[in-house]
Order: sequence, then structure tokens, then C-alpha cells
Amino acid sequence: MHALWWLAAVAVAAICGIVSAAGIEDGEKRSGFDFMTPETQALQADDMSNPGMLWVLQGEQLWQQAQGRADVACSGCHDDARQTMRGVAARYPAFDAATGRPIDLAGRINSCRAERQQAEPLAPESDALLALTAYVTHQSRGMPITPATDARLARFRDNGRGLFQSRIGQLELSCASCHDDNWGKRLGGSVIPQAHPSGYPLYRLEWQTVGSLQRRLRNCMIGVRAEPFAFGAPELVDLELHLTEQARGLLVETPAVRP
Amino acid sequence: MMRVAFLALMGLQLGASPGAGEERRSYVVTGDAIMQPLVGGKGDPARGAALIADRQRSLCTLCHSGPFPDAHLHGTLAPDLTGVGARLSEGQIRLRVVDMKWLVPNTIMPSYYRVADEQGRRVATVWRSKPILGGADIEDIVAYLTTLKG
Repeated sequence: MHALWWLAAVAVAAICGIVSAAGIEDGEKRSGFDFMTPETQALQADDMSNPGMLWVLQGEQLWQQAQGRADVACSGCHDDARQTMRGVAARYPAFDAATGRPIDLAGRINSCRAERQQAEPLAPESDALLALTAYVTHQSRGMPITPATDARLARFRDNGRGLFQSRIGQLELSCASCHDDNWGKRLGGSVIPQAHPSGYPLYRLEWQTVGSLQRRLRNCMIGVRAEPFAFGAPELVDLELHLTEQARGLLVETPAVRP
Repeated sequence: MMRVAFLALMGLQLGASPGAGEERRSYVVTGDAIMQPLVGGKGDPARGAALIADRQRSLCTLCHSGPFPDAHLHGTLAPDLTGVGARLSEGQIRLRVVDMKWLVPNTIMPSYYRVADEQGRRVATVWRSKPILGGADIEDIVAYLTTLKG
């Protein structure tokens, strides 16, 4: 009997091994936070010193401001974000029935503006869009990333994985070349993390400001001398779907601080 | 064993793109080495040293450490180049800079004297149809690395 259980355990381990062989093993999953210096970790951990909190506070104000021709605030429909938005960002990107595609949180905020508030979309990387996205995501801080299991997302997530593994640019490197195969080593003076999007929008010391995951992805593409996808491009949302699946179970940190 | 790498085949793309810069020449791989310089004459070791230290142009120290300035900014993704001139011959070093993928197809080391296959690679406009470094630059780097005897 014991032998049978042992065989079953070996079989399960073998299958799990095969499934996760392409990425990072679950037991090795680590937030970028773990790769930072104690000083930068302390900056993130204390809300009074975390500069990303300024965007969260701005987002809290914007949440309550009436906007657009409908003259309605986010809170007009969604009420108190501390209750209604709790856990929402941990499930994003979600499937958007209107476009038949996945949509990220910033995209949802803009589509809500267009449809409910009848307002102009907020520009990518604008303070207002980053602030609202940070405020909504902040309501999930400390909750595990639990990507939506909607079957309609599967082919977009697959496309994201394919993009993550594709060598691009003049340097012919893929995201996986560094972040799956060589995390923990140093590129120039910087430790390569595992590319988990657990803290976006986040305050990057190198940027001296808050930025989105899409900004970070574009930075890497430019680094390998590739033509970056435009802000809002469907490929960037597909990549985010793959990344959130990889990060499943890590805790939301927004607003994170990174070097 | 001898194998001729017909870079001229890929040079068709080069020819179609005006302003592509220096024309890349074909070279002969002998075993795991390129015995002949890519361009006429020996490289300049002093220029090679400066080029290796140039993180934007050569990118070498992003992955490699070695007896170069700013050690705290050296990467750990690739072997330390200290003493590489004692471990490898000039021709072996040349092939590894020109096209490491010829030896290790899935290496992360970029092929410095090869134009990236542009199908699906999204190579940015400013880099399109160009090798990472020209033949003269590579000869300077090879000339410098061969002096690193340990």
C-alpha cells in the first residue's frame, strides 16, 4: 500500500515538474522585493516614506471627483473603494466582453470613463491614470494574486507566454532569457528579478516617479534594441496575463518601490 | 573541419538598406575559430580596451566581469574574462565575439557580427540591418582580449 502511495506521489511530482519546467518552480517564486537592498525595502514598507503613496492619495481624491458630461464620480457608482475594489486588481487582467479581449485595470478605468462618465480617456502614464490605477490596486495590497480562470482568456495568455519566450531585437534576447533562466544573477550592476508584476503601478528610483507595468515592459524591449509595443497594445496585455499567472500566489504590494 | 559562413547571403538585406554602414564580409570558420581578421590588419588593443569599457556601445561588461574599470557595474551572466587570452587563441576569441551561436545555438550572448534575423524580431529602426559592431571594432576587441594572459 505504501508503495502505491509512493508511486502516486512520484507520478504527481513528475507531472508538476513537466508543467512548470518552462518557468520558475513554485517553491522558488520570489517577489522583486526580495532582491532589493534593506534600504529600498524599508522605503516601500513604510507608508510615510513610500513615495508611491502620494499617487495613491491622489487617486483617492480623483475617485470622488465628478467627471465628464455625465458629471459622475467613480464613487457615484462604485461607492467606497475600500470595500468595493478590495481584491479586484488581484484578478486582473479580466475578459472584456465588449471588445472580446482581455483588458487591464488602466484600460478598464478608461473604458469606464468613456461609457459611464462620458469623459475623455486619461493618457498612458499620466499622473491621473497612474493615481487611479494605484488607488484601486492598493485596495488589494496584501492579497494573493489570483488571476481570473475565465477560459476565454486562455489563448491570450498563451500568446503572452509565447511573446515572453520569443527572442527579439538586435540583441536577440527574450524576456525568459533573463527572468526565467538567469534571475538572481547581475546584469551590469543590477540583480535580475523574476519579473513578477506584484507591485504596479510602482515607484522606480531610476524613473524618479511612478510608472506602469507597460512602461517597464517597453523599457526592456528598448534595452534589447527592439521596437517596443505601443502603450495599450494588446500584446502588452497578453504579456501581463502570462506574468500574473506566473506570479499567482504572490501578494499584491502596490505601491511597490523598485531600484 | 572547415565551414564557410556565407554572410553575403544575409548581406542581401544589407544591400537593400541604404545607410546600413560598413559592409560585413564573409569569414571562414576553422574548427572553433576564425583564423583571419575580419578586416585588413591587426586591431588596436588600446581602442579595444576602451570599447569594452563602453557599456552603451559594446555592452560587454553588462554580462562579463574582468580587469576592466567600474567592477561594481560588471554583470555575472557570463564568464569572467580575466586571463581569456591564455585560455583561448586569437581565432577562438574572434569566433566567440563574431557569432557565439555558431558554437552554442541557445546562448544568450549576442552575435556581434551578424544581422539579427528580422522576421518577427521587431528590431528597432535605428538598429535594423546592422550588426552590433563593425569588423574593425571587433578586431580591436579581439586584439585587446588576447593580451589578457592572467
